[in-house]
Amino acid sequence: MLFTDSAFIIGLVLLCIVYFVIPKRFRWMLLLAASLAFYAYTGIGNLLYIGTTALSTYIITLLSDGFARERTQVLSLHKKDWSRDEKKAYKARMNKRRFRLLVLCLVLNFGILAVIKYGAFTVRNVNSLIGLFGGSGMKVPEFLLPMGISFYIFQTMGYAIDVYREKYPAEKNFARLLLFVSFFPQLVQGPISRYDDLSKGLFAGNGFQPRRVLFGTQRILWGYAKKMVLADRILPAVKLLISDPEQYQGVFVFLGILYYTLELYADFTGGIDITIGIGQVLGIPITENFNRPFFSKNISEYWRRWHITLGTWFKEYLFYPVSVCKPLLDLSKWSREKFGKNVGKYVPVFVSSIIVWFVTGLWHGAAWNFIVWGLMNAVIILISEILAPQYAKFHKRFAWSNTHAYDGFQALRTTLLMGFLRMFDCYRDVPLTFRMFGTMFTKWNLHVLWDGSLMQLSLSRADYVILIVGALTLFYASLRGRKGSVRKQVLEISPVLSCAMTVALLMIIVVFGAYGLGYDASQFIYNQF
Amino acid sequence: MNETLEKVIEILTELHEDVDFRTRERLWDDHILDSFDVVTLTSELNNEFDIVITADRLTPENFNSAQALAAMVEELEDI
Repeated sequence: MLFTDSAFIIGLVLLCIVYFVIPKRFRWMLLLAASLAFYAYTGIGNLLYIGTTALSTYIITLLSDGFARERTQVLSLHKKDWSRDEKKAYKARMNKRRFRLLVLCLVLNFGILAVIKYGAFTVRNVNSLIGLFGGSGMKVPEFLLPMGISFYIFQTMGYAIDVYREKYPAEKNFARLLLFVSFFPQLVQGPISRYDDLSKGLFAGNGFQPRRVLFGTQRILWGYAKKMVLADRILPAVKLLISDPEQYQGVFVFLGILYYTLELYADFTGGIDITIGIGQVLGIPITENFNRPFFSKNISEYWRRWHITLGTWFKEYLFYPVSVCKPLLDLSKWSREKFGKNVGKYVPVFVSSIIVWFVTGLWHGAAWNFIVWGLMNAVIILISEILAPQYAKFHKRFAWSNTHAYDGFQALRTTLLMGFLRMFDCYRDVPLTFRMFGTMFTKWNLHVLWDGSLMQLSLSRADYVILIVGALTLFYASLRGRKGSVRKQVLEISPVLSCAMTVALLMIIVVFGAYGLGYDASQFIYNQF
Repeated sequence: MNETLEKVIEILTELHEDVDFRTRERLWDDHILDSFDVVTLTSELNNEFDIVITADRLTPENFNSAQALAAMVEELEDI
């Protein structure tokens, strides 16, 4: 079930009404029922997967918490009669038990993800190897990917690691944990929330606040407008451009990059706007996932502003632990002695960056194009890191490199660079992607920009006008957003204007939404991950 | 000013010589220290003070100022 299904929209309106009518203490239970119903609608068998993740995490985190409590009690009992070494040894023993439990939880849940999402990919690659030696290979397993599995497993494992690190106690009520795991607005495409952030709003049973409901509704409509007016409108052109690599080369490849950039941005941020908007209507704050990513001056900054919650997850739960693990620190020490301080201190960062970006690529899909995409990100980020002292000298030497114009150039450069990398996502074939990238420099067909070819890309003149006006509106809204919430700014000007904006958004979706007879709103791009 | 803090400031200044780490706060929150800096710094502090900073200590609370870093180092030296 997608956000754009009429059944979802009707269900959502009904849910909001019932949510504010029933007593506060029952509201989270209603959300749980709605979330499970939503997930069951995508396939009743999927409940088994999400239930396994929730139940295993629930039991393991409770046990881990029990050990932590026992440790504290025993240590306080033996505060005086145990030596420092005895206390240390006991602490280490208990922490080891807790660590084993965490490993069990991670192996079980990431194991489920690995088998379902990566089983076929792994077997196909093993078969290719076996084939090289003349073997016949194994049968490729086929699984239907349960919706949002990468999102809810990452979110839940984040919770398990936080409990292990004793950031907060484990949730004692299974139903409450199940709601955290399955909260329906986040199941489609995230964001990946942290328990301490999401749970506050989730279980509070918030009252009806007209201003919040207005802002939430506006955010939902803004999201629908991005998805249905822009993303779904440009989608056929993107599909066409990548469907025939022999015909669409040179400038067409560049156009494909620009079109896909707009489609992905409108689709992903639109979906997240709907998610956060639903949360806002219900009084449940959901973590922001974007912060004007196309204003970033370099790729590192871009990844702090695009899909923020995934980046944060990888940083906190993979990059840092790998970077400061003993083997890497030992390697760093060895490199210091062998090659000097400068090389040694960068070793952990470089090794863990490559690991993290390899996994980030895999997270996006079980295919080599995603892995290469991830590794290319790592290469660019690491080259930037190596060249950082030269950049600093450059900015000191040339005053013009510190102007707004140069900032704009950097933002454009980052946007294009990310667009080029996304070609791996479009063509889904590594050698083809490199070949198509090459045609931008070898195939000179600039004439397609004015010879009417643009009108042959499933887009009419009216579509282009809507897309250009839409893209400029997104840009303007991003600029205004630097001073704080645009919705707040509009309401401060006049409540009438704010209501008019809401109606206008609704009208825009109805009039300009990319649908009609036989139209089926496309799946959100990030829903497939 | 204590010796640990002095040394922490010296290591921080090697990473970003243009920042006044004696007074500057919100080093993590304002991205003065990015994730690469955090790891490099961790490795440097481990080496300098012969301590082990584990991943769960890589938080804004411990990395937002030179003073917070020095306090963490002193705590780890005592363990």
